[in-house]
Amino acid sequence: MNLLRLIEFLRSRRQTVIYVCLGVLALVALIDAIPALVDKHDAHTKIEHLPAFWSVYGFVACVLIVLVSKAFGKAGIMTRENYYDE
Amino acid sequence: MSSFWLHPSLILIAGALLLPLMPARLKQGWLLLVPILAFARILAMSQGVFGEVRFLQFTLVFGRVDALSNIFGYIMGLMCVLGTLYGLHVKRAAEHIAAWTYVAGSLGAIFAGDLLTLFLFWELMAFSSVFLIWFRGRKESLGAGFRYLLVHVTGGVSLLAGIILTYHGTGGNLAFTAFDVHHPDLAAWLVLLGFILNAAVPPLHAWLPDAYAEGTFSGSVFLSAFTTKTAVYALCRGFPGMDVLIVLGVIMSLYGVIYAVLENDSRRLLAYHIISQVGYMVAGVGLGTELAINGACAHAFAHILYKGLLFMGCGSVLHMTGRSKFTELGGLYQKMPWTFVFTLIGGLSISAFPLFSGFVSKSMIVQAGFEDHKLWVGFGLLLASAGTFLHTGLKVPYFIWFGKNHCAKDTWDRAAEPPWNMMAAMAITSVLCIFIGCYTPYLYRLLPYPADFEPYTSYHISETLQILLFTGLGFFLLIKKLEPTPTISLDLDWPYRMGGRAFLWLAQHPIQFIDTCVGEIYRVGGLGPLMRSSRLSGVFDNRVIDGAIDGFASSIRTLGHRLRSAQRGALQENLTLAFAVGAVLLLAFVLVFNAFAR
Repeated sequence: MNLLRLIEFLRSRRQTVIYVCLGVLALVALIDAIPALVDKHDAHTKIEHLPAFWSVYGFVACVLIVLVSKAFGKAGIMTRENYYDE
Repeated sequence: MSSFWLHPSLILIAGALLLPLMPARLKQGWLLLVPILAFARILAMSQGVFGEVRFLQFTLVFGRVDALSNIFGYIMGLMCVLGTLYGLHVKRAAEHIAAWTYVAGSLGAIFAGDLLTLFLFWELMAFSSVFLIWFRGRKESLGAGFRYLLVHVTGGVSLLAGIILTYHGTGGNLAFTAFDVHHPDLAAWLVLLGFILNAAVPPLHAWLPDAYAEGTFSGSVFLSAFTTKTAVYALCRGFPGMDVLIVLGVIMSLYGVIYAVLENDSRRLLAYHIISQVGYMVAGVGLGTELAINGACAHAFAHILYKGLLFMGCGSVLHMTGRSKFTELGGLYQKMPWTFVFTLIGGLSISAFPLFSGFVSKSMIVQAGFEDHKLWVGFGLLLASAGTFLHTGLKVPYFIWFGKNHCAKDTWDRAAEPPWNMMAAMAITSVLCIFIGCYTPYLYRLLPYPADFEPYTSYHISETLQILLFTGLGFFLLIKKLEPTPTISLDLDWPYRMGGRAFLWLAQHPIQFIDTCVGEIYRVGGLGPLMRSSRLSGVFDNRVIDGAIDGFASSIRTLGHRLRSAQRGALQENLTLAFAVGAVLLLAFVLVFNAFAR
């Protein structure tokens, strides 16, 4: 199957895929800093005018969500699967 | 009564009733035909008020067709076609009947022009959809179904109480229009409570992940679409601009995201993301501006499709492998690559990637928040959207189709692409998700207000790509922390699940103890003396009453016995003797009487 071969192809070149992804990330953050490409008149607040503001926001949001949720889960929310069966 | 107006729900209910009578060779055709007819009926409806029926002192309005009800009716009809196609091979007719009745309830509520008709169809939804949970057949499904039903009945009672108070408060006017959101009375609060319970607004949300994760593989596709989005419609109609909904909506959007991090069951994770996504819509209703209401409607439309697609993807894994937990799956791209692609499209749509449906709908609500100068709404919802991509776009596809292979041998052997109808349903839904994202007029023309909104600006594309791609970076850096564990997460169903258990404990221990004590007191203090007194009564009965009666009877018998010996069978002699005795007695009486009279 072609789709499967494509996935296998990408997996076999894992390192290249990672570099491409990092390149895309850098490009996205870079483009945000070029006024000719991204019109910041549509920004809602001043802070959004900082270059790559939303990149930082996205990364911090992700880390925050994972860490806060895990801390919340370990505070007694996560429990064994048969908790309600006993 | 107005002239006959064909309600689309009627087509579904009639189709459901006739389904068991269909010969096997026509059944699949019938299964496709009925929802297509219902959808065609919705498309053909012109706007206006139809189906007015006088009942007692009420005027029931079954067909209020306007821009708001039209968009919700349209997407419900479309999802019914896709959901039925997905479950086309399900042999149990009752499951299709339950699903269609459920959709009929949803359409009935959407086109209802008065609160009583709304309530009627509202309850029909609850009582038909529960079968989509019970038909899974597991012990856990039975319990989850009962909890689902009890919670919804409670919400229904609140709604009914609100309707009754509205009836008295308005002097008999039950028209379903906007409540006074700035000065809500008790009736409005009770109706709102009924609505937000169905919309799964915390703390009234726990029924949703509890029930939807336990539904049948195709039943959960229906469940994911209808109940919460019908509630969103009802909120758009009844409570636009109610401030408290903004706060609740933002809390919802984050609440679902937090729980999704902890979740090990793929369908429970998706259920938590329904709560998160409905949070956007609830916040949109709370903002209440034309852009926000348009956003809530557009997002409900897009959400029904991409969430249906996600449940189809995870439902396919469940159907083919019998597993839905991340700790029992992994590496399935080798066996189910197309299911992976379809689920990924659902994941990219819900995450609002450019060119996918969520991008053109979610951004309207975020924009409405910023335009209303409520920055915390905009930033809060964007925070939640990072979480959405983290789980639905990354965690679900990664831990099912890639990651460490946790599949047991039988799971791996069973794994394969699902039947053609499931693949077709997923493919069509995927195309629709991309089509909506690419060609905005299709969705925007259906919105209740004129849509003057352009999602594809350079700033918005850049903003979205940065948030999502850097969330992706965070995911891969923190992947060790996100490794699934075989655990469950306690949620706010804990009070009533443990409350039920506490009641059982009360019944089995203190109440049982009191019952035993009362029984013992009765036995010692009541039963003993009662036995003794009855024994005495028995003795009295035996010795005195029976003795007297027996003695009397014995005397009669003895007398009779003696008299018998006096009988010789000579009638003339006996008569002579009797008359003689009579004459002697008479003579003696006369003599004695005369002696005393003198």
